[in-house]
Amino acid sequence: MKKLILSTAALALSASFALADTVRMGTEGAYPPYNFINDSGEVDGFERELGDELCARAKLTCEWVTNEWDSIIPNLVSGNYDTIIAGMSITAERDEVIDFTQAYMPPDPSSYVALSADADVTGGIIAAQTGTIQAGHVASSGATLVEFATPDETIAAVKNGEADAVLADKSYLAPIVGESGGELSFAGADVMLGGGVGMGVRESDGELKAAMDAAIASMKADGTLNAMIKKWFGDDATVF
Amino acid sequence: MFASCADPSQLFGLNWLACYLTTGKHMAFYGSFITVMVLLLITAPVALLFGFGGASAARSRVLPLRWLGKAYTSIVRGVPDIAFFLFFVIALDQAFEWMRHKVKCPDWDEPIRQGSDFVVCAQAKLPLSSSPQWVHETYGFFLAVLTFAIVFGAFAANVLYGAMRAVPRAQMETAEAYGMSHRQAFWRVLVPQMWVFALPGLSNLWMILIKATPLLFLLGVEDIVYWARELGGHKTSAYTYPHPDWRLWYFLGLLVFYLSLTRVSEIILGRLMSRLTHGQATTGGEAQRKVGP
Repeated sequence: MKKLILSTAALALSASFALADTVRMGTEGAYPPYNFINDSGEVDGFERELGDELCARAKLTCEWVTNEWDSIIPNLVSGNYDTIIAGMSITAERDEVIDFTQAYMPPDPSSYVALSADADVTGGIIAAQTGTIQAGHVASSGATLVEFATPDETIAAVKNGEADAVLADKSYLAPIVGESGGELSFAGADVMLGGGVGMGVRESDGELKAAMDAAIASMKADGTLNAMIKKWFGDDATVF
Repeated sequence: MFASCADPSQLFGLNWLACYLTTGKHMAFYGSFITVMVLLLITAPVALLFGFGGASAARSRVLPLRWLGKAYTSIVRGVPDIAFFLFFVIALDQAFEWMRHKVKCPDWDEPIRQGSDFVVCAQAKLPLSSSPQWVHETYGFFLAVLTFAIVFGAFAANVLYGAMRAVPRAQMETAEAYGMSHRQAFWRVLVPQMWVFALPGLSNLWMILIKATPLLFLLGVEDIVYWARELGGHKTSAYTYPHPDWRLWYFLGLLVFYLSLTRVSEIILGRLMSRLTHGQATTGGEAQRKVGP
């Protein structure tokens, strides 16, 4: 009987280790080129490639999940997935609720985009995505903030005149401005916000954080991370 | 999908459109119409069941049961849907996991609430984090059905409660005079007659339920509104099929879908109503009687 109990205990223990090996990666899927859902319905983008490489280096099995940006942190802390890898900048406010790995993207400037280059970015109406560092910046800059649930809607708001300009990561805006055929242009000066982009994990999940930290460090060390950033964000992107 | 779609940059006009409309992402969009229909078809009877339970409890002769029924209908109806959906689903999910945790990992010594984190042992996770994505999606879908059923059940309970009271008292008195017990009178006289009074209210609820399905997206279920927004949004050349903002067209499609769904429901409910009115002591039933069979 004792043997039986022991062996079941061993089985339960090994089962729990096996279970912990699947890491669910939470992302937004609406922020190209960071992460987006490609035309075959799969998560794609810089963070998909990066996340797969990190999981391979940390010897973890990873599964991709999409979640709305609004509820991306509550769903992480309640355990619906294990990481946030969604172009999320490291900030003090977020760090109080969740933990971040070291940055896998250096701090990237945020820019204003408007219909004309001389738009009023300090006193006008500025669109930003809800719960982003850019929304926080607009609110404190004296401009009127209008928030939208998805990044795409912030751009649409500028195009249809609802907002004077949009504030977002420059790396997200650059391809949109480039392909707008002159309709959109950068306005005002760039602002530096946040402490780089990192992967969010639960505060209680120190083991996963350490594994991911080590994987990011090894990608930084052998230059693959810089190469990947250049591949997705262009040759003049900020690298480590 | 088609072999000719291999290189989308070389496609033009209708060929491009045919390939565009058959991408994997569009297939997921079409699939989500089925999700919505399945949700409606499962939720409606379950909500009706909740409503029936709530209404019978609210008019029960046992005092605690009556309190329970009344509390259910008034609390759930009073809370805004969005607050209910956002809070309740996470709470429900955590409640399930907490119960499983207590049963499966009795010798776990760490606290479950660590700051803002909710940590249960890996075996108590629902669904297990190692299960494939479709299990997670199905679980999310059933949480959605349950939440919808609880919310709409409360409204249905109120409708049914009113309908039960609308059945003429004389009918119940006659049943009692025939020597039927309370239970017999309830099932044989009250329940068959109440539907005609309940149907206008219930059909209203059904229409509201159809319109409420976009709330699914709040629950992480990728429904038609989610896909319409995702597909219609401006696409840069990071995508295989770049296009400008086409949300107007996608939402126009949804408009047609929702309008036809409500129109079909109206026709069906109208027929059901004239069926139920037949032989009833209501104005509708009286009118049918005068026209003759």
